[in-house]
Amino acid sequence: MAQKIESSLKNMVISLLVITLVAGLSLGFVQQVTKDPIANAKQQKEIEAISAVVPEFNNNPLEQPIPAIIYIDEVNFPVVYTAKKDSVVVGYAVLATSSGFGGNVRIMVGFTPDGKIYNTSVVSHQETPGLGDKMTTEKFRSQFLGFDCKTQKARVKKDGGDIDALTAATISSRAFCAAINKAYRAFCYVTKDESGLDAESGATKHNN
Amino acid sequence: MADIKNLTRGIIKENPIFVLLLGMCPTLGVTTSGTNGLGMGLATMFVLVLSNCFISLLKNVIPDKVRIPAFIVIIASFVTIVQLLMEAYVPFLYEQLGLYIPLIVVNCIILGRAEAFASKNGLVDSLFDGIGMGLGFSLALTLLGLVRELLGAGTAFGFNLFGIFGIQEPKMMLVFILPPGAFLVLAYLICLIKK
Repeated sequence: MAQKIESSLKNMVISLLVITLVAGLSLGFVQQVTKDPIANAKQQKEIEAISAVVPEFNNNPLEQPIPAIIYIDEVNFPVVYTAKKDSVVVGYAVLATSSGFGGNVRIMVGFTPDGKIYNTSVVSHQETPGLGDKMTTEKFRSQFLGFDCKTQKARVKKDGGDIDALTAATISSRAFCAAINKAYRAFCYVTKDESGLDAESGATKHNN
Repeated sequence: MADIKNLTRGIIKENPIFVLLLGMCPTLGVTTSGTNGLGMGLATMFVLVLSNCFISLLKNVIPDKVRIPAFIVIIASFVTIVQLLMEAYVPFLYEQLGLYIPLIVVNCIILGRAEAFASKNGLVDSLFDGIGMGLGFSLALTLLGLVRELLGAGTAFGFNLFGIFGIQEPKMMLVFILPPGAFLVLAYLICLIKK
């Protein structure tokens, strides 16, 4: 067995330098190789979320995301993706963020051009397993199918709205409703529907 | 044979979870389902095997006084590689494990094996030690995750076992998926293994 090298300053500097250099180079190489697959995987996921919430489309909605910055100080502003079929707008998918019980809840909300909710899908959340995470279930989300934010209130019944909250997860349900309202506001902002902007300000203020 | 002993030692006799009680943070944190446990176990095993090999190869050119920083750099590089690969090719698992992947860097098992075994033994022995310890860790995590998933959600690797009886949403003991359940299940498994 070769003799172990001595812990002199020169040896220490050289060995650490070489190790970090090789590590850095190999990391750079791996990063290069995985860059495209990572981007693809992310894009695939977003496309899937969008196709789940709007009618069938054949353009790439990710090409033109519209940030709906209504309040300047808003950090997690909603982003609107327009879904078109043969250049006709079939729906808008809005990615809205609100804060839930365990962190941010990101929800993709699909609107048909007349402003009704087509479908919803939870993109990411950190709610309590078994309680708040039931927001992803069909049973809870089906309340929003065809929901019209103009005539109905996206709030839990406890707060005077039309939505049945999840058992023992009112905060998660409120977060979901808050995201819906934010998404609707973004939808109105994008489609230049002034009435919607005013109508929802009360509800969102409450939830934030 | 010495090689075989190095391989099997980590699986039962010196199982990193049930006997050495090392690396408890990912153990308790990620094992909410069998799939998560297995994924975490395999990711750790990958890092463990590679870092063991490299450290045993480099042990003579790393001066003693800077060995810990050198080991950490080597381990951290492999962890980052695992992280990037998982993000690219198994994104759903990557999302589930999330924060725990970068935490493999400070997993006591990996640094422990580097310090206690790989820096004193040859390449082949270190390779077998890494595989053995990694298998033991994966096995323990999968077992723990499977038991928690079964008791907490009634599923095994996402498959609803109660579906056979026509029960779609079995009412199970949710506490086993929550953090306290991790401690309970771990304690009982250790009991069973050490009895």
